[in-house]
Amino acid sequence: MPMTPLPYRVTDKRWETADTATLTMAPVDRVVEAPKPGQFLMLWAFGVGEVPISISGRPSGDLLEHTIRAAGPATTTLTDAPVGDVVGVRGPFGTEWEVERAHGGDLLIVAGGIGLAPLRLAIHSALEHRDRFRSVALLVGARSPDDLVFRSELDAWLDRTDVQVEITVDYAPGGGDHRWTGDVGLVTELVRQADVSPASTVALVCGPEVMMRYTAQALLDRGVPARSIRLSAERNMRCAIGHCGHCQLGGRFICLDGPVFDHPDLAPLLAVRER
Amino acid sequence: MKSIADLLADHEFFAGLEPAHVEFLSGCGQNVRFPAGATVFSEADPAEHFYVLREGKVALEVHVPDAGAIVIATLGAGEVLGASWLFPPFRWQFDALAVTDTAAVALDAACLRQKCDADPRLGYALVQRFAALLVERLQATRLRLVDLYGGGEP
Repeated sequence: MPMTPLPYRVTDKRWETADTATLTMAPVDRVVEAPKPGQFLMLWAFGVGEVPISISGRPSGDLLEHTIRAAGPATTTLTDAPVGDVVGVRGPFGTEWEVERAHGGDLLIVAGGIGLAPLRLAIHSALEHRDRFRSVALLVGARSPDDLVFRSELDAWLDRTDVQVEITVDYAPGGGDHRWTGDVGLVTELVRQADVSPASTVALVCGPEVMMRYTAQALLDRGVPARSIRLSAERNMRCAIGHCGHCQLGGRFICLDGPVFDHPDLAPLLAVRER
Repeated sequence: MKSIADLLADHEFFAGLEPAHVEFLSGCGQNVRFPAGATVFSEADPAEHFYVLREGKVALEVHVPDAGAIVIATLGAGEVLGASWLFPPFRWQFDALAVTDTAAVALDAACLRQKCDADPRLGYALVQRFAALLVERLQATRLRLVDLYGGGEP
């Protein structure tokens, strides 16, 4: 039943930043359908509330990974959950990244802040099947080095020669030792550095809406076709099955028609201002 | 070995500039190298050059009391470093340090200003490029003011 959460036990917790944690969860008994990259699940902090969180990893078997920033009561309870706690899980819901669209061409992934989390499974998939793509490039932006999630994994990807990884932050500690050797600037500026052929590139973009808006423009300016730009939008989802209307934008339900959209389908919706 | 004129002609910043103008400008240039950690220029010092970056990475820093040095931008190959040479009071506003070994063409500011005065078409072409660069950097700075990564919970 899509409205009935299944109990999952937290088997591991890793703090990514001061307010963001990745929970690994195993089913207590019944298992949800395997989520695909880009899809989200509803996580229930019992007694507090339920929130939509994109899948960020599937380490093995039936294990699920979710990366959550403490931004409200439910997400704070979830990030504070100790190993052994039980969380309600229902889903998966929504559309996926469809990484396979880039097979035979170039894949460009652009993440802003915690937007790297919903893209992580797509990155894993692309790297697992690296030979199916010509170029793979990952561009990551964050406020500061301390706000970067998946630091050890980013370092591992930086060491690979078959994927271009560029990371930028808004500001970083300076001084002679320069312990931050990445870029300082906007993630949109990295789009120019991506070693891809724009006309045959599929771009996956995730982050706060304003970041996605300007990144999409930078991609269009570089010549990436609008239909090849995929964006993930999430707004105030409650039921996740198109009944409650909380996430309705124009004629679309983000929970059913999204969260991942082609740019031409989402761009007009991003222009809708919340009242 | 490439001449200064060749290096400038190959650089993105000078794309579309008339070859004669590139040649004319190259008389103000010299090759420079900065090892990682070296100071390229310091805040409040006279802005006597601008740098056409060929290799490496430079950090622009500002010193904040109680917080130390903060990197506010990095610039790399294909970009230019420094606009303070163009406008009075011709003083650097920030510190610039080489993050990695860096190679650049340093263009002498007084020489450039003299050539721009002598050839207003060249001056206009150069100012157009700097104006575009400054607008781009201003827009990027404005976006950073809104905390691009702060909103929403993807």
